[in-house]
Amino acid sequence: MNKKQKKNLYRILISALLLIIYHFIPFNNKIVEFVMYMIPYFIVGYDVLKGAIHGIRNKQVFDENFLMAVATVGAIILGDYTEGTAVMLFYQIGELFQSYAVGKSRKNISELMDIRPDYANIEENGELVRVDPYDVKVGDIITVIVGEKIPLDGIVYEGKSSLNTSALTGESKPRDVETGDEVISGCINMESPLKIKTTKEFEESTVSKILDLVENATSVKSKSENFISKFAHSYTPIVCYSALALAILPPLYLLITGQNPNFTEWITRALTFLVISCPCAVVISIPLSFFGGIGGASNAGVLIKGSNYLEQLSKTKIVAFDKTGTMTKGVFEVTTIHNNLIEEETLLEYAAYSEVYSSHPIGKSIIREYGKEIDKSRVKSIKEISGKGIYALIDDKEVIVGNSKLMDDYNIEIIPCDEPGTIVHVAIDKEYKGHIHIGDIIKPTSKKAIAELKKNGVSKTVMLTGDEKKTGESVAKELDIDQVYTELLPQDKVERLKELLSSKNENDVLAFVGDGINDAPVLGMADIGIAMGALGSDAAIEAADIVLMDDDPLKISKAIKISRKCMRIVYENIIFAIGVKVICLVLGALGIANMWLAIFADVGVMVICVLNAIRALRVKNL
Amino acid sequence: MTRNYKIDVDCANCANKMEEAANSTEGVKKAVVNFMALKMKVEFEDGADEKEVMKKVLENCKKVEDDCEIYL
Repeated sequence: MNKKQKKNLYRILISALLLIIYHFIPFNNKIVEFVMYMIPYFIVGYDVLKGAIHGIRNKQVFDENFLMAVATVGAIILGDYTEGTAVMLFYQIGELFQSYAVGKSRKNISELMDIRPDYANIEENGELVRVDPYDVKVGDIITVIVGEKIPLDGIVYEGKSSLNTSALTGESKPRDVETGDEVISGCINMESPLKIKTTKEFEESTVSKILDLVENATSVKSKSENFISKFAHSYTPIVCYSALALAILPPLYLLITGQNPNFTEWITRALTFLVISCPCAVVISIPLSFFGGIGGASNAGVLIKGSNYLEQLSKTKIVAFDKTGTMTKGVFEVTTIHNNLIEEETLLEYAAYSEVYSSHPIGKSIIREYGKEIDKSRVKSIKEISGKGIYALIDDKEVIVGNSKLMDDYNIEIIPCDEPGTIVHVAIDKEYKGHIHIGDIIKPTSKKAIAELKKNGVSKTVMLTGDEKKTGESVAKELDIDQVYTELLPQDKVERLKELLSSKNENDVLAFVGDGINDAPVLGMADIGIAMGALGSDAAIEAADIVLMDDDPLKISKAIKISRKCMRIVYENIIFAIGVKVICLVLGALGIANMWLAIFADVGVMVICVLNAIRALRVKNL
Repeated sequence: MTRNYKIDVDCANCANKMEEAANSTEGVKKAVVNFMALKMKVEFEDGADEKEVMKKVLENCKKVEDDCEIYL
């Protein structure tokens, strides 16, 4: 409990004690009784009264302070001092509980996300000094001792160790690093000290970005939240006027028709009505549920960038995948060199030289296979033909490296290959020289991931790949994917996705899962873009709505399950809270519900909703 | 320019009110209050003096919700 909560607790205890004592004292004088009851009333309720007056003065009339002030002052004017004070007392107990529960869950969530490093070690005159990570500049050398979090992104300058990435990915799979490797902030150093040369400032480092993203995620409001704020906006004035009508109209009618108007009874009913009506349970529990869901998801290695995406995700019916790097490991390996008309080594050499600036995994695998130093001065020019390959001038030789389409473009006749996998054809000076066969491995969890999706209500799975028909179809078949489009250039992927989007039901949500690096336009266009394996990839975090921190496609169904649980809680709370209120409002208007039931309808419902909302945080066993 | 401020407020509805108040303050392009993280993210209009604007924002917030604080 914080200071303010403790103070409120004392206020509640003191006035509760006074009320109990008064219960046993017979007051003979009405005025003495009034004054005596005003002491606990003001002790427990002065801030509410102050808030109500403040609200009226600033034309913000209809808030809960106002409701409570009118209800309790009304009761006191009617001579029911105990009830007026007790209502205020219970209201404050409810407020205290609410503030405690929210504070507690806030703390739970921030503990879950406690990946922010507090300091960085910098060596000064041979000694390690702890400094604020904000003060570390790009290019500084920091030391990370065993058991510490890496505070800033950088490159290992000295040392060899193993990192625990669980704070970021939710998986405690160690990651080995050595000198020259890139490391990202938020990982914990497990084995031996590392010296790291920073490449980013603290604010730009992965850990800060992730925290910023998760903390701000609830600001992107979901439809249900918008509904609730609109609801609260018009709801409070409506109940206030209804209460006023309830207090005035029936007695007026009775008066006109010559019966006993019974003002006291109707005013009491109106006051009860007011207390019941407070919309807090809904207003507070909905954002809390979303925050819990987003917090729980981030703990499982799934970053959700906004409440609206969480809501959308729960309605996912169609999932489209990229193949390379998403369903397959994206680690290509040269398996064979076929039909070569020149030495294998020479063929590989020319291919590697033309791919020297390539960031594509296929190009990288060729360079890796070649394995020798590349003398860049031999490369005269390079033209990348998107989705097809590369045209390069190497040692004044025209080298064309790419798929069969590229060879067609240059009218080069190829020797076809029957094996699935990626075939990179090589032509030198317009003459076919052979092809390099490159294989990619399906991730071990991919098959299970698709099965899980289908089990969780996804009705259609589609694969969009730039890869050859043969490879694409064999992967799709193995994984049991319903539909597959192959040999797509980046713009074709956009076209296909447009088709998918326009052919689906309006309420169904289409999610696209990609590796985020070359899928940015498709990620942006799908109802939900899910980027995968984003550990340290800014581009992916930027482009996607949901980011899976590790490479595991099983996390897609996990994310969907988390979103469903969260949305279920949201709907439970909306229906429960509004349902109970409506029932109690009717009972209150009919005079069946008394002030005590009213207090339950307000405070009790809120407490139950808050407790329910906190469940959204628990996602471990989904 | 965008800046983050720590805030203190008791209820979610009051946080919404603070957000409205901040958004209607001159010099603020967009303000978002995050009740769960107790933070206010303010995007200022070009050329606005952030300190002056935030003073006004606090003033306006206090008007709608007496019991709130922005740590400037």
